[in-house]
Amino acid sequence: MPKDHGIGAPSKRREDPRFLMGKGRYTDDINLPGQAYVAFRRSDVASGTITRLDISRAAAMPGVIRIFTGDDFKDAGSLPCAWEVTSRDGSKQAEPRHPILAEGVVRHIGEALAGVVAETQAEAMDAAEAIEVEISEHVPVLDMAEALKDDARPVHESLNSNQCFDWGFIEDNKAAVDAAFEDAHHVTTLELVNNRCVANPMEPRCAVAEYNKGTEEYTLYSTTQNPHVIRLMMGAFVLSIPENKLRVVAPDVGGAFGSKIYHYGEEAFVTRAAGLLGRPVKWTSSRSEAFLTDAQGRDHVTKIELALDEEGMFLAFRTDTLANMGAYLRLFSTVTPTYLHGPAAGGPYRTPLAYVRVRAVFTNTIPVDAYRGAGRPEGTYQLERVIDKAAYEMGLSPVDIRRKNFIKPDEFPYQTPLAVLYDSGNYHATLDKLLEISDFGGFEARKAAAAQRGKLRGFGFTTWVECSGLAPSQLIGQLGARAGLYESAIVRVNPTGGVTVFTGSHSHGQGHETTFAQIVADQLGIDESLIEVSHGDTAKIPFGMGTYGSRSGAVGGAAILKATEKVVAKATRLAAHLMEADEADVSFSDGMFTVRGTNKSLDWSSVALAAYVPHNYPAGEMEPGLEESAFFDPENFVYPAGAYGCEVEVDPGTGETDVVGFWAADDFGVVINPMIVAGQQHGGVAQGIGQALREHTVYDASGQLLSGSFMDYSIPRASDVPSFVVDHSCQTPCEHNPLGVKGCGEAGAIGSPPAVVNAVVDALRGGGHDAITHIDMPLTPQRVWKAMQAG
Amino acid sequence: MPEITISVNGHAVSADVEPRTLLSGFLREIADQTGTHIGCDTSQCGACAVHLDGSLVKSCAMLAVEADGADVTTIEGMTNADGSLSVIQAAFVEHHGLQCGFCTPGMIMAAAALLQENPKPSEAEIREHLEGNLCRCTGYHNIVRAILAASGQDVAPIAAE
Repeated sequence: MPKDHGIGAPSKRREDPRFLMGKGRYTDDINLPGQAYVAFRRSDVASGTITRLDISRAAAMPGVIRIFTGDDFKDAGSLPCAWEVTSRDGSKQAEPRHPILAEGVVRHIGEALAGVVAETQAEAMDAAEAIEVEISEHVPVLDMAEALKDDARPVHESLNSNQCFDWGFIEDNKAAVDAAFEDAHHVTTLELVNNRCVANPMEPRCAVAEYNKGTEEYTLYSTTQNPHVIRLMMGAFVLSIPENKLRVVAPDVGGAFGSKIYHYGEEAFVTRAAGLLGRPVKWTSSRSEAFLTDAQGRDHVTKIELALDEEGMFLAFRTDTLANMGAYLRLFSTVTPTYLHGPAAGGPYRTPLAYVRVRAVFTNTIPVDAYRGAGRPEGTYQLERVIDKAAYEMGLSPVDIRRKNFIKPDEFPYQTPLAVLYDSGNYHATLDKLLEISDFGGFEARKAAAAQRGKLRGFGFTTWVECSGLAPSQLIGQLGARAGLYESAIVRVNPTGGVTVFTGSHSHGQGHETTFAQIVADQLGIDESLIEVSHGDTAKIPFGMGTYGSRSGAVGGAAILKATEKVVAKATRLAAHLMEADEADVSFSDGMFTVRGTNKSLDWSSVALAAYVPHNYPAGEMEPGLEESAFFDPENFVYPAGAYGCEVEVDPGTGETDVVGFWAADDFGVVINPMIVAGQQHGGVAQGIGQALREHTVYDASGQLLSGSFMDYSIPRASDVPSFVVDHSCQTPCEHNPLGVKGCGEAGAIGSPPAVVNAVVDALRGGGHDAITHIDMPLTPQRVWKAMQAG
Repeated sequence: MPEITISVNGHAVSADVEPRTLLSGFLREIADQTGTHIGCDTSQCGACAVHLDGSLVKSCAMLAVEADGADVTTIEGMTNADGSLSVIQAAFVEHHGLQCGFCTPGMIMAAAALLQENPKPSEAEIREHLEGNLCRCTGYHNIVRAILAASGQDVAPIAAE
C-alpha cells in the first residue's frame, strides 16, 4: 500500500487548482497603479563600436516618458559573477565589466543599447525602434579555438586575450594521469561538441518595480528562482540599495531550468527607473527577446581520452575542454564548467585517476550559464560516449564495460580522484532495474522486427552520477564561491494548530507547496491541508539562496525538517508542563502528546493554543508562542545516480530518428512525493532528448542568431517524445541530510542525451555502418543521413 | 480607435482598442483574464489558446477587432457552473499533468476542443492534437495521461511512474 500521507505519499499538488483555473499570479499578471512600460533597443550586430545613438526623435514620440542609455547607468556596478575560478597558473579569472546598457561597445547580438520608458508598451516599442543607431561593425569572434589565437580580437578591449581562465582539476594529479596513459593497454579518444541550448521556460522573463518615495523602499517583482540572491546582488553590487530598503518578490514563476537564476540588467533597469521616475516600471520579455537575452546553456568542445587495461578496466581519463562564456559572465558562468562539472565527471566508476582541464573563452555570443544540470550533463555526456566507443574498440558489451567498472555497493563512502566523497549508492541495482523495466532481453527480437520494416533499431545506455544539492558552504568558499549555499526555514504554528512554513527555496514548477507540507505533516502527524508553504518574497522569508542545482529537497527541505524538530521539542516541553509530567516521559506521535504509562494525553491543537494563550505556562522557563527557524548547511553534496536506456529507430532513407522507448531507473535516496519525482524525471528526460535530437543554437558568420524563435529552435512537441517508464525504487538514502533525499530535478537532463546518442550510434553500427563511432548533437536527420553516407 | 465588444466567458466586454491590439492582449489587459498566457511571439506555443465561437484558436494570432461580436471562452470559463474543476481539469490534478502551470491554460483549452470532436482519442491522436501546444516541464507524459483519463479511457498503457 502506498502511503497516503507525509513523506512517501503521492499527495496531489495543492498548487494545481489555481493554475488550472487561470488564477495563477505570474509576474506579468501584476499591474501596478500608474505603471509605465519599458522597451529596449537592442543591438542588431554582434560586435562593434557605437558611433551614434541619437534618441532625440524617439524622445519626442507620443507617450515617451524618458529614454535611458549607458551613460545613465555608468555609476552602477557590473552585473555580478558569484564565483571566482583560479587558473592553473594561479591567476584569477578574467572578469570584465558587464554593463546594464552598452557603454560605447556592443559585444553580442541583442545587447541592450537603450531603454525607453513610455505610457504604454506599444508606445515604448515604437519609440525604441525610432532611436537612431549607428554601429561600426567588427568581425565578431565566434569560434572558441579561433578566439584563443594570439591574433584574435579581444571581445573585451580591456583584456589582452579571450581566455577567461584555464582550469585544471586536480592539477596535482596531472602527471600521474599522464603516466597512466603512457602505460595503458588501450586508449580511446573522442572529440565531441556539447551543443548550445536555450532553456526556454514557457514563461518569458518579466520584471516590474515600484518605489515608495515616503519610505524610500523599492519593490521588485521578478521572474526569478532566487529572490534573496537578486536582492543581495542587485542591492549590494549593482544599484547600492540597502537590503532593508529593497524587497524582491518572485510570485508564480512559469518554469526556469537555470535561466532565471541570474541577476539580469532588465531587473536593475526597472528598479532604478521606478525610483527616478516615481512610478512603477514594467518590462515583459517577448520570446524573441528571450532568445537574445536569457543565458544560454552548455556549449563545450571537448577531447576526452580513456585509458583501459586489457580487461577493459578504466585506468584513467583526461579531458581538454573549451567552454563558451559568451560575451559576458553571468552569476554562475564560471562555476558551471568547473566545480559543477569536474567533481562528477568520473561518473559511477572506480577509475583511479582523472584530470579535467577547462579553458573558458569569451566570444561575441549571448552569455552562457547554467542550464538544467549545469556542467554535469557535459561531464556525463563525454564520459558515457567515450565508454561506448571504448567498448566497440575492445569488443565489450556496453553493459559489461560499465558494470565491471562500477564502484561496488560495499565501497561507500567512496573517495573519488576528483575531490568529492560519494556518500552512498548502488549502481549495480539501478542498472539491474533498468535491464528489467526496459526488457533489454527482448531487444534483439525488437531489432529484428524493426529490420523487417526497414528500420535500424538501437539501444543506448547511460549510467551516471551527479553532484548536486548545492552546497557545503565551507567547501565551496575554498573553491571560489562568493556566497554560502545553506537554506533557511521558519515553521510558524498558528494558535489554532495550523502551520505556516516559510522557506528560502523557490518553486517554479517543482511543487514545493505540496512536498514541503508533506515533510512537516510527517513530523507533526497533522493533516497536510493544515499546513501552508510560503516562498518567494524577501519581506516574508528571513533569507534564502533559492532553487537550482537540485537543492531544494536536500537543503531547503532539511532546513524545514530541522525547524519542525525544534517546534516539536518546544511543544513537548509545554505539553509536559500542561500534563504535569516529566518531559522525558512525554512522547509525540500522530498529533498526540502522551505521558508514557498513563492515560494522559493532549492533542496538537490544544498545545498550540496554550503556547499563544499562556495562562498555564512555565513562565521564566519558556517564551510564549510556537515558531522556530533553522538554517541548514550540508556537510557534503548529494550524489543522485541512475541507469538510463533509450531505444530508437532510425529511418535509413531519411536519417530520421524516432525515440521508441525511454527508461530511467534512478536512485534519488528517500522520495518525498513519488508522483512529483516521476514528473521531474519525465521533464528532464524530454529536455535531454530535445538536446540530443533537435535543439541547437546557431549563429551565422556575422554573429546573427539564426535560431531565434520557436520556428527555428526546436523544443520537443508531444509527438516528438514517447511515453516514459521511470523508476525510483532503488533508494540508498543520503547519509548527511536528515531527510535522506538526494535531489531529482536535473537527473533526466543529465542522463538522457548520451543514452539517445549511444542508441543512434548502436542502431547505425548494427545496420552495417561500422565505421560510425560518433555524431555530434543534435542528431538531426541531416546529420545522421550524412554520417550514414560517409560510414 | 474602433470600439469592439467581445463576450468573454459570458460577460460582454466593450472597449476602444488600437487596431493592432491582439486578442490575447485584449483578454489579459482589458478583460482582465490573465489566465491566458503569452509564451511566444510566433504563434507556436499555444499558451494563449482560447475558444472562439466554439473553435480552438491562438489568441495571439488574431486581432481583437477580428473577434468583435464573438463569444470567447478562456481558462477562467472552464470550471463547472458551481466553480468546481471540470473533468479535464480534475484529471490534470489526478495525473500530475502540470508543473509550472504556464502552458496549462492552453493545454486545457486544447484538450477540451479535442474531446469535443473526438471523445475517445488514442494516445497518438492526443499527441498529434497537442502539436500546437508547447510544454517544457512535463515531457507531455502526464498531460497525455490526463487527457486519456478525462476521456474515460484506461491509462494503464501509459506508465504511472
